[in-house]
Amino acid sequence: MKKILAFILTMGLGALVIISLSNNEFFPEFGMADLTERVSIEYITKGSALDVIFNQTNNPESGPANIVTSIVIDYRSFDTLGEVTVLFISSLGIALLLGGAAIPKRLDLNFKPNFMLRVGSRALFSIIIMTGVYVISHGHLTPGGGFPGGTMIASAFLLLYLADDQFRAKIKGFKIMESIAGSLYVIIGLIGLILADQFLENFLPNGTVGVLISSGILPVVYILIGLKVGSEISGIIDHFLTEEEVL
Amino acid sequence: MIQYAAILLIFIGLYGLLTNRNIIKIIISLNIIEIGLNIFIISIGFVFDGIAPIMTSVNNSSALIYVDPVPQALVLTAIVIGVGTTALGLALAKNIHSKYKTLEIDEVEES
Repeated sequence: MKKILAFILTMGLGALVIISLSNNEFFPEFGMADLTERVSIEYITKGSALDVIFNQTNNPESGPANIVTSIVIDYRSFDTLGEVTVLFISSLGIALLLGGAAIPKRLDLNFKPNFMLRVGSRALFSIIIMTGVYVISHGHLTPGGGFPGGTMIASAFLLLYLADDQFRAKIKGFKIMESIAGSLYVIIGLIGLILADQFLENFLPNGTVGVLISSGILPVVYILIGLKVGSEISGIIDHFLTEEEVL
Repeated sequence: MIQYAAILLIFIGLYGLLTNRNIIKIIISLNIIEIGLNIFIISIGFVFDGIAPIMTSVNNSSALIYVDPVPQALVLTAIVIGVGTTALGLALAKNIHSKYKTLEIDEVEES
């Protein structure tokens, strides 16, 4: 009975949403969006009347060749600071809920890892870390950036946890790295407030679009975000795989 | 039409949220709602024949037709927050399981 009631309720709500969206002049059909009517065109042309050309345009309003990065880290950087704070608070909550063990002990594996698995996981670990660092440091040129790259670094630590029954990461180092990266992000914002006019304003020259050392503070900020996200998610993984020692 | 498929996904998740009494299934339903919302937001910015909003040496001018980058940036934010809420929910579920030895809400009794 309850299931039928829930089914009718969701069907009614869904029909309401679909009817209000179809034949609505403010809601474009799929694939028919007109970017010149939206604010997006300002982000794509970087606010200039001339075309931005890859590898030629010097010192545009915002440096990155990846336009999503230029929105996330440059135009809406304050938003991203809040987002990083949300992730920090969630990892803090997990540390409060799961980290209260008096004698911490990691979860046992169901099997005994042999020599090949241990060595192979170490080799894969370095490759995954390298890919993560590449994705983080090229966040303003290619797809990716601090958030996916940080998650890749955390997944490398997850691999070590799953393949080695003795491994336990140094959780204190993660906490220190996370705090330093978060504080440096705010300090860079405050330097922007002093040297330029606004909080998190880009105070370094932007350089040529598409070059690795370009777009001012944005690669630095993305590397800090990558370190912060990587250490936070590694800490979350560590808390989930640790339990209290039962004597 | 993909937009209506995403709305369908959102309401499948809502139905699961209303009918399930298992904590893990509730968290999975929340994730289905989140994925549906993300697909819906991305589909708003799609343009036919548009390319991904990244300038490369091939697509080297800002005068080309790009898909809308703003929904993609917003979904990047939403994904990260979704990871945070899911991890926090799973931590609560782990605590409940270690205290009551069950994940069904109906079987959790005050002791």
